[in-house]
Parts: sequence; structure tokens; C-alpha cells
Amino acid sequence: MAYEAVIGLECHLQLRTATKMFCGCPAEFGAEPNANVCPVCLGLPGALPRVNRAAIDAALRLGLALGCDVRPTSVFARKNYFYPDMPKNYQISQYDLPLCEQGAVPVTVEGTERRFELTRIHVEEDTGKSFHPERYGDRRVSRVDFNRAGVPLLELVTRPVFHEPKECGAFLFQLRRLSRWLGISDADMEKGHLRCDANVSLRPRGAAAFGTKTEIKNLNSIKGVEKGIAAEIERQRGMLERGERIEQATLLYDADHDRLQVMRSKEHAHDYRYFPEPDLPALVVDDAWIAEARARLPELPWDRERRMIAAYGLPAYDVGVLTEQRELADYFEAAADREPKLASNWIMTEVLRALKERGISLTQWAERVPAARLAAFLDKLMARELPGPLAKQVFAWMAAEDGDVAALLERHGVRVEGSAEELRPLVQAVLQEHPGPVQQYLAGKTATLGFLVGQVMKKSGGQAVPQVVQELLREALEQQAGSRP
Amino acid sequence: MSANELWRLSAAALARRVAAGTDVAAAVESGWEGPGAAWEADVHAVVHADRAARRAGAEAAKPGPLKGVPVLVKDNLCTTDYPTTCASRILAGWRSPYDATVITRLREAGAVIAGKGNMDEFAMGSSTEYSCYGPTRNPYDLERVPGGSSGGPAAAVAYGLCTLGLGSDTGGSVRQPAAFCGVFGLKPTYGRLSRYGLVAFGSSLDQVGIFARHAGDVAATYQALAGPDPFDATTRLTRAPDVSRWDAGVRGLTFGWPANLWQEGCDPEVVEGLERAAEWLERAGARRAALEFLPGEYAVATYYLVATAEASSNLARFDGVRYGFRHPDSADVLALYTRTRSAGFGPEVQRRILLGTYALSAGYYDAYYLTAQRARTRIRREYDEAFAHCDLMLMPVAPTLPFRIGEKTEDPLAMYLSDIFTIGANLAGIPGLSVPLEPARNGLPRAVQLLGAPDSEPALLRAGRALEVRGDVARLPRENEVEFAWPTKR
Amino acid sequence: MDRDEVRRIATLARLKIPDERVPRMAAELSAVLEFVATLNRLDLRGLEPMTFAPANPPLREDELDGRRLGAEIALAGAPERDAAFFLVPPIVENVNP
Repeated sequence: MAYEAVIGLECHLQLRTATKMFCGCPAEFGAEPNANVCPVCLGLPGALPRVNRAAIDAALRLGLALGCDVRPTSVFARKNYFYPDMPKNYQISQYDLPLCEQGAVPVTVEGTERRFELTRIHVEEDTGKSFHPERYGDRRVSRVDFNRAGVPLLELVTRPVFHEPKECGAFLFQLRRLSRWLGISDADMEKGHLRCDANVSLRPRGAAAFGTKTEIKNLNSIKGVEKGIAAEIERQRGMLERGERIEQATLLYDADHDRLQVMRSKEHAHDYRYFPEPDLPALVVDDAWIAEARARLPELPWDRERRMIAAYGLPAYDVGVLTEQRELADYFEAAADREPKLASNWIMTEVLRALKERGISLTQWAERVPAARLAAFLDKLMARELPGPLAKQVFAWMAAEDGDVAALLERHGVRVEGSAEELRPLVQAVLQEHPGPVQQYLAGKTATLGFLVGQVMKKSGGQAVPQVVQELLREALEQQAGSRP
Repeated sequence: MSANELWRLSAAALARRVAAGTDVAAAVESGWEGPGAAWEADVHAVVHADRAARRAGAEAAKPGPLKGVPVLVKDNLCTTDYPTTCASRILAGWRSPYDATVITRLREAGAVIAGKGNMDEFAMGSSTEYSCYGPTRNPYDLERVPGGSSGGPAAAVAYGLCTLGLGSDTGGSVRQPAAFCGVFGLKPTYGRLSRYGLVAFGSSLDQVGIFARHAGDVAATYQALAGPDPFDATTRLTRAPDVSRWDAGVRGLTFGWPANLWQEGCDPEVVEGLERAAEWLERAGARRAALEFLPGEYAVATYYLVATAEASSNLARFDGVRYGFRHPDSADVLALYTRTRSAGFGPEVQRRILLGTYALSAGYYDAYYLTAQRARTRIRREYDEAFAHCDLMLMPVAPTLPFRIGEKTEDPLAMYLSDIFTIGANLAGIPGLSVPLEPARNGLPRAVQLLGAPDSEPALLRAGRALEVRGDVARLPRENEVEFAWPTKR
Repeated sequence: MDRDEVRRIATLARLKIPDERVPRMAAELSAVLEFVATLNRLDLRGLEPMTFAPANPPLREDELDGRRLGAEIALAGAPERDAAFFLVPPIVENVNP
């Protein structure tokens, strides 16, 4: 029996606002435990929530970018359950009247354009952090830190539209890119800015009804998501093939051992007793705000990709890399006027490598090497004034010092005389003066090239760049070969 | 008047004295020395008192319209200078690191927080018998209840310990104890006094309320406290209505007379008080308009679903993790929660938490909670409809005079039904004022309730003042101070 | 409301009603529920639930408001703490819904 996996994802995106969702505490990370708390986010008696406008704006922009229907009036609701990292033992979320509904995330999966539909995007608050039980003297205890409690979260739920783990991975890449693109979240799964649970079920291929689904948690990276889902598909397939029934369960994925652990089964189904939050009025997002948020949307990453492919004639792969960050795409377009392919190559390799090696951001890089400066460098390359190894050297100097290419060469005592144009007559002269070696080269003795290079170098007083000379000679020799009767 | 009589003065008069040079500490201590010494041991209105804190409060008193006026504040309002425990074991000894907005505003107005008042645990009760500190007794008859849940502040104002009191009213918890203690009690329009720092019981129903012995004092306090608060998203955004002309009388006002509500089940003394009050209002130039109104049983039923549902969620935070009582030696977190809450909450609180949890639980939400919220819309419309035909409504506060301690604690439903006249105002979000009349024949306090449309506090206070002067228009002006009917030790 | 129901609801609310008190609690709650059934006599057709807080304030700007307590004050009321953390007994997974 052939089975088809049906997968739905539930993602939580931590927003990068200055303050928390319902109070004015810093939403930053890395602070001392329990330093960033106030009566509201600590759940003290008598405290009341106040909605963060920027968080709603971020949700709005994400929803608009994904083509969602925005509800002009949405409602906050309490989700009631007890847990030590919950300051109020209820979470303020949204339930049957969320901010955004429908919408879809466009993703290219192995060359095919797909659209993965959403059911909703809503706003809610994050919990604090509790830690696994540890030794404390002769007891075991768990520690709790409420710094994260109240940080704004967006919950994004997809329809069960995935059938393969790699689709889920591609979806998450796109979601991450878009979040960074819009500046609403760093969306780094390893840091917990983007979290993902998966619902997985199997059914006979071609069947319409859904099988029993299980929930997979603790998927802490995009890779982990793919592997965890794959592991669950296999587990369920094995069970079905043995004639066993799939039980509804929650499983934790253990990335270190690539295996799933069934969580202890709960005695009760979730009864969150949702009801509308009485401490907050309905959330009103009027037409003016929606229009203004839409106007503030940048060119979306997939639209930008399409435009860049058309405008610059670059392959999809290049454009994919260049649009990983909006700032990178901006940088590319500012530097690529004349030499898009060259710019693309240098940015994808040398610039990105430099960022990684130095541990700096693109913004920091661009302070040192603005796009215009890179463009001027590329011009020199195109004009054959900076052959391979020298080019790399000049690039390194550019990253560390001020000055244009000429100034850098001078400062480091490298003289590159003349452009290709200036050298061509010399090359022609040498070819005419040494017909013998020319014939030998054309007959196949490519080693004579070295001799010819030397002759040109002598003529230029040793100032020419050997690689440039070599290229010009080859060019001229090809021409001669081509024009022989 | 000597320093040890300062406690008898109205807030307005006391503030004038202080402005003219009377020592603030003397003004604050007067009630503690005189009536406090005589009454507090029997009445037990106070749960947290601290002479040093009073002194510090007096020294720090700001220049304002209530400078030097001592206020007893219900123990569910967060104060930094006294514990806040909501009369519950689960918050034993807790110190709030922040002041409630109304406390901050009281201090801004120059008032001095003189201590915390007894209450039914977490404001759940109508008699102040459900306090972990033991009951408060009615100064007019120590065998009877002062009403609840804000019994402490009401009693303290009645016997003179403090000049003003702050309570909270979710289903009548300011108006009913005011009536039982013979003082004025105002529940403002929902959203007019900030709830930030009021420990939540029924979030959509709770309002901080004001106790005073004089109508003008209610007005002055309301003026100091009312208004939008950015820290409470449910506060009304516009400026609070202007109550400064509270002594302007009621000529031209119409008051609704829903006599069908008290045809049955009301103590004849209460009904007689109502008729007396109606006559006074008419004497003062108001017009009575008979009308029929929805019986209060529906409001009570609605309330005991909505309030308990909200409470079950609001009280979830009391879990022994971050503050308050923690049951020791729990093997795991689940045990911690269950043991802490079971030992920390009293039986009435547990009863209401269970009821509320049930009303919200899967499968019952529509039948209970949602139905109740629909009923609430209906009840609000009933009030809207009534106030299209009259400016105010006159009705009882409670069906009985103050009942005996222990009389209703065995029958929760009977206790709930004693709120039958007050609950509707909380459901509809409208303001209500409890106005004391002459005592009943047996000397027990007797009162009536005035209700109005949202933001009708000015009209309520004008009517309250008219009743204070028994309808005698000549005595309306505020210079004419009405002597308060003090309890006498028996 | 029967006794099993009382126990189920109590668990949801993290309360333990002592066995000897469960029957009484069930009876009291049943009495209240019977009473609230009077609501079914009201004509509620076409009525929306009254669930939104009435005001519609401007949303809070994304700025620090200076009301941070700091760890010392935040932990001052903690029943148990270790340096800057709140301490609780071990969290066992089946507690988490």
C-alpha cells in the first residue's frame, strides 16, 4: 500500500520590537534573569495588559505580504492553562476572531513554484523560560526566568498542504527570509525566534479522508524539522504496515539521536477554556492603517527575485543567494549596474566570505566598501587591469583601508601599467617580431606562450601585469588562428 | 474643635482645616485615637495598620483638595506601604511593589492611606464573613454583618476611624456594605476609575468604589480619582463627568420607580425607606415615573456565570510560584499548584472558581458563558430603555436590613440572591449610589439605591444630596453640613 | 453536577476538594446551576454576547515605560529563589498541556 504524508505546520515567530506585547518592558535578550519584568509581565495581582502598536503593525505587514484577509476588528482571548513559565496561568492570544486569515506563502521547491496556504496569523504573548529539573542541594528543582514572558509572538498556522519534509524546509526558509526582509524578526530557529511544530498523518495515496495526526515538537532547526517529520512519517508507515492503529499523541524530536519520543499521554484533552479577554477592547485596524502598512511594504523577496532575474539575466541560484537578505539585494543592485554577473559572483563568494570571516554584518561591510566602491573595483576587473590573484589582493586591501583601486596599488607599491588598450600594440608588435614561436604555439606547443609573454613584458619595461599580457596574447593568437586561410 | 474631634469632620471640612494649618498627622491619627480605641477591637474593620506608615504618609501628604484626609483602603487595592492580601491566606504578607492608580491619585490629591480594610476573600461575598482574618462586625449592631465584600472600609467610615473609604464593587460590594453601615457608597460608571492595581475578580464588572459620610465627600473623591488611565485599557477615554455641582438639587429630574421589583421578598422597613426617599425627591422638585423593570433574578443568574468565569481565570495566577503562600514540600509542580491553592483559598473562593471553570469548560461554554453574555446584553438594553424615560432609577440596595453573622453562610444561593438589586448595574456598566436614610425602627441602618445611565454620576450625587437634606431645597447648598448619624456603643 | 464532574473541574482548576467535602460541593454547585438555568426563560434571540470592553484606546507606542522592577524587587516576593531565578519543584512533562 502506498501512503501519502499530510503535514501541517504551526509556527511561532518572535517579533523584534523594543518592548513586550502587553507592557513597556524591554523585549531584549541576554539580560540578567528576571531583570526585564514589571507587574504586568510578572503576573502580579492587579496588573493589566496594554497592547503594543508596533507588534500589531508587524503582524499586519506580514499578513499583507502573504495576501491574508485582515480582520478590521479582531479579539484577544485568554487561553487558560497552568505552567510555571506562565505568569498569569493564562496566555493572552486570539481565538475565533484572529487578526489575519487565509493567505499563502509562495515557495520555490526544487525549481517548481508552489503556494502553501495558511489558515491564520494571530498575535499573542510568549511565556517565560523554565529549565529542566536540576540538582539543588539534596533536592531537584526547576528554575524559571520571566524575561521572555510577554514578548510578542505571531502564530502562523498552515493548512495541511505539505506532503514532504523538504517542502516544509523550503517553507521555513521562505518564512525566515520574509521575516527578516520585513524587519519584523530575526527568525533564527536556533535562537528560538522561529519555532515550529508539525502535525503529521498518513493516508493511502489517493484517499480523501485524513488519517489520525500526531504532533511533533522540539524541532529546533530547519534541518531538524525535516528530519523529525521524516522520522515520524517512517514511524507511522511502519505502524500502518504492521496493521497497528495510529494513536493521537505528541512526540518530541531528539535531534542528537534522530529519534522521536512519545510524551507521556495526558489524562485530559486540552481544555483551554478560551473566552474573550475582558481587560482589552476589540482590536481595531482601520482601512487607513492597512493602506499605510501596505504602502510601507518593500518589494517582496519573491517579486524581487523575479525582477532581478529579468533585469540582470542572472541564474535563479544567484538571485536566490543575493535575495537572502534585503540589504544584500540592495547592495548588489547598487553595485551591479554595469557588470551584474561579475558583481553577483564577487558578492556571493568574496563578500559573503568576508562577512563570515570577520563576523560582521553587511551594514558594517558597506560602511567600509560601499556599493559604488565595489562597482569601481569591478570595472577595473572587467577592463583587465586586475588579473585574478592581484584582484583578490586588492579586494582584501579595500576591505581594510580607504582609497580607490589606484590609490591602493600605489600605497602598496604595485604598479600596473597601462590598460589592455595600451598593451595591445605591444602584443601585436611582439607577434610580428616573433613569427616562429607564434607558429609553434599555433601548432600546439602552448609552452611558447611564456616566451611571448616575456617579450611583451620586456617591451613594457616590466610594468605590465603578466596575466593580462597572457590573456591578450591568447586572444590575439586565437584571432590569428581563426583568420588563417 | 479640639484635635481629637477632627475625626468627626467631613473630608471637605477636614481638608479646609489642614489647608488652614491643622497638623496632618493629627488629622490622620484622630480617628485612631478616638473612635478607633473605642470600636476597632469589636468591629475589626482593619487588617493592616502601621502607625509608622501613617506617620510617613502624613509627612508626605501633598497639597491637594484632600490633603490630610485619612482613607481606609480595601485590602484588594495594591499599596506599597501596607501589605495587600485580599483577606486570603494565599497572599499572606504580600507586599506590592507598585501602587494602584487610584492610590496614586489619592496621594496626588493629598489624602493619606491610613491602612487596609477587611473584606470577603478576593471580594467574593456579601457579608465580610469570608475573610481569613475573621469577620468585620456592623458598628450599629455588633451581632450583624457590615455587608460585603467591602465591609471593612464601610464600617471604618461609619464609626469614624477614617473619613473616606475605598472599596470595590463587582456585584454590589460597595453599595451593599454602604447601605448596611449607613454611609454613602458610589459604584462609578464602568471605566471611570482605573482598575490598574485592583486585584481582579470579575474584570468586566469590577469598579473601585468610594465610601463617605457625606454626599459632597463622595463628589470630591470621585473628582480626584476619575479619568482615563493609560495603564488600564478599559477606562473611558473622555474626561470624567463634572460632579462639582453636586449640591444643585434635583428640580426637573425624573426618577424611575420600578415598584414591581419589591412587591415580594423585601423587608417592609426597606420598602418604607424607599417610599420616604421618593417623597423627599419629589419634595425637592423631582418627578416620579412609575415603570416596570426586569426582575433581578436574571441578573443574579447572569452574574454568577460571568463573574465566576472571569474570576476562575483571574485567580489562576495564585499558584505559589512567584509570590504569596507556597505549600511546602511538594514533589512536583502539579502538587505545588494543587496543594497551595487548596490550602490557600477559602471555600467560597473555591466554590466560585469551580463554577467559573465549569461555565467555560469545553461543551458548556455556549450553554453557560455565552448565554450569560447574551443575557447581559439584554439586561443592559433594559437599563438603556429605562433611562430613555427617566434620568435616574430609585430602588432598594438589598432586600433586607443587615442580617446576623452566620445567618446566610450555610446557604450560598441565599447569599447570592441578596445581591438581587445591585448586580444589574455591574452587568450594564452603569453607576450606582447607595444613600443612607434615617435608621429603621430597630436602629439598623437603612438606605436606598440610585442608578443612572453611564456617566450620570453628577445626577446621582445631586439626588444623593437632595436625600441627605431630606428634600429640603433650602438646605441643599454645601455650606449646610448635615450631621452624620453615628453609631452608638450598646 | 455529579461528584466525578466536580473532581474533573477541580483538576482543571488545580484544586483538590477533600473527598468528604465533594458531595456537599456537588450539591451546592448543582443548586446554583439549577438557578442559573432560569436564564433559559429569557428571550435572547438576536442578541450578541456583551464581551468587548467598551473603550477603544489608542494602542501603546513601542517605547520603554520605565516600570521595570529589576530582579531584586521582582524576586522579593518569591516563595523560593536561587540568585536571580524563581525556583519551583521539578516540572514533570505531563503537567504541560
